[in-house]
Amino acid sequence: MAKHNYSFYPGCSSQKGASSSNQLRSTQTICEELDIQLNDIPDWNCCSASIGYAGGGELPRLALSARNIALSEQAHPDQDIVATCAACWLATREANDRLNENSGLLANTNEALKAGGLTFKGNKKIRHFVEILIEDIGYEGLKKPVTKPLEGIKIAGYVGCQTNRPFGIDGESFENPLYLDKLIETLGAEPVENYEKKVSCCGGALMFSEPEKSQALVKDIIESAYDGGADMIVTPCPVCQLNVEVYQEQINKKYGTKFNIPSVYYSTLMSVAYGRSAQDAALNGQVIRAIKLEEIAAKS
Amino acid sequence: MSEQYRNNFLREVEANVEEGEWVKRCMQCGVCSGSCPLGPHWEHPPQELFMMIRAGKRDEVLKSSSMWMCTSCYNCIARCPRELPITHIMHGLAHYAERLGLAPKNQQTNKFAQRFWNNLSKTGRVNELKLTLSFYFMNGFMAGVKMSLNMQKVGLGMLLSKRLNPFEILGGHGCKDSKGLQAILKKAREIEDAKIAKFQG
Repeated sequence: MAKHNYSFYPGCSSQKGASSSNQLRSTQTICEELDIQLNDIPDWNCCSASIGYAGGGELPRLALSARNIALSEQAHPDQDIVATCAACWLATREANDRLNENSGLLANTNEALKAGGLTFKGNKKIRHFVEILIEDIGYEGLKKPVTKPLEGIKIAGYVGCQTNRPFGIDGESFENPLYLDKLIETLGAEPVENYEKKVSCCGGALMFSEPEKSQALVKDIIESAYDGGADMIVTPCPVCQLNVEVYQEQINKKYGTKFNIPSVYYSTLMSVAYGRSAQDAALNGQVIRAIKLEEIAAKS
Repeated sequence: MSEQYRNNFLREVEANVEEGEWVKRCMQCGVCSGSCPLGPHWEHPPQELFMMIRAGKRDEVLKSSSMWMCTSCYNCIARCPRELPITHIMHGLAHYAERLGLAPKNQQTNKFAQRFWNNLSKTGRVNELKLTLSFYFMNGFMAGVKMSLNMQKVGLGMLLSKRLNPFEILGGHGCKDSKGLQAILKKAREIEDAKIAKFQG
């Protein structure tokens, strides 16, 4: 049995063939290196993210998260719930907090859950995977498996919104969280100092419904990374990763820019620094290839 | 019975809108509006909506496109000096407007958000391909083809990096107990409907 065990909420976009399947693959790789075991919550469901509110009222949305927590309580009673997706983590933690604070909502939610044969108890901690890395493993522990330091690479640490607000990583500030920069240094790379768009919004789900407004936000995020001298952008969030990576050509067309900057997950960076293959680091999941990381991964 | 001085709409929001009981605590500082990434695009920014609710402007608030500008970035929550859960109130207002049939019909985020919910509540998990296509094709076949062509290169990039699976169209991922999940959602909706029906103003 692994040293660190968690009840894992993977989330819809992590599934095979989905938009952040590359995050899951590289996360599994670093778990092997760090002796972490992620145990999937059996039959987990969607958290409704932050955009489900048009059709789903407060109670149905709370019930979705409560179902996941109840299933975790049954299957992994002694393990904290952990999510890698910012939206999954936020929705689950928000529901857990609100149900624990409001007895009326709790009673209503449990009445709804009964229709599916479940009960929410609410004695679990809901944690982000980054919290596991920082609090349970620690920067020293994260440094140990590094065999190929990412020397000579400058990286803009783009924390984004939902990993950072309203909860954030314990001990970090909302306006200038430092953990991603520290992680970049731990892996031997150089963080862009004072990356001004570090906690700015990429538009989230509104990239679909308000593409022009959202692409204007992403343009600023990328511009500021280039201005800081970045070779690539790293992020913990599946929506940030996607929005910053895949619309660069459309932004170039509209604004006459020449963006072509890779946007990678911290788990991909870590996998490469830990000496794992391009495949294990999910580098083939990049739409804009991270050539500098591919070169390091290819070195024996 | 003691008299009630607060207007009906404020009480309606307090009773029926998610986190609505916080609205009266807004002190009109405007930090929320200044912190919003889409701030300039709101017809009425959050602090204005809060004042309009207190002034009883029911139609102007619920028919507004404003709340649908929320990107869920949570800047306003993090910065509000009075700790109002503004993001949740915006989601709550948007949902309540949609539920009453007052939300603007052609509002794109409303349409996308509605499709997102329908998509996930069918199988319990989001099918990204069907969600995207249902959104692209919502304005008819030709509009959908045009939209898909515009997005062709983005889609191809996702396909080649194995982050988009064309076979998802045939069914794809889902919960095993989707029946149980649907029963839970139905019950939750019923409880909420009953609560809203109870509000008499």
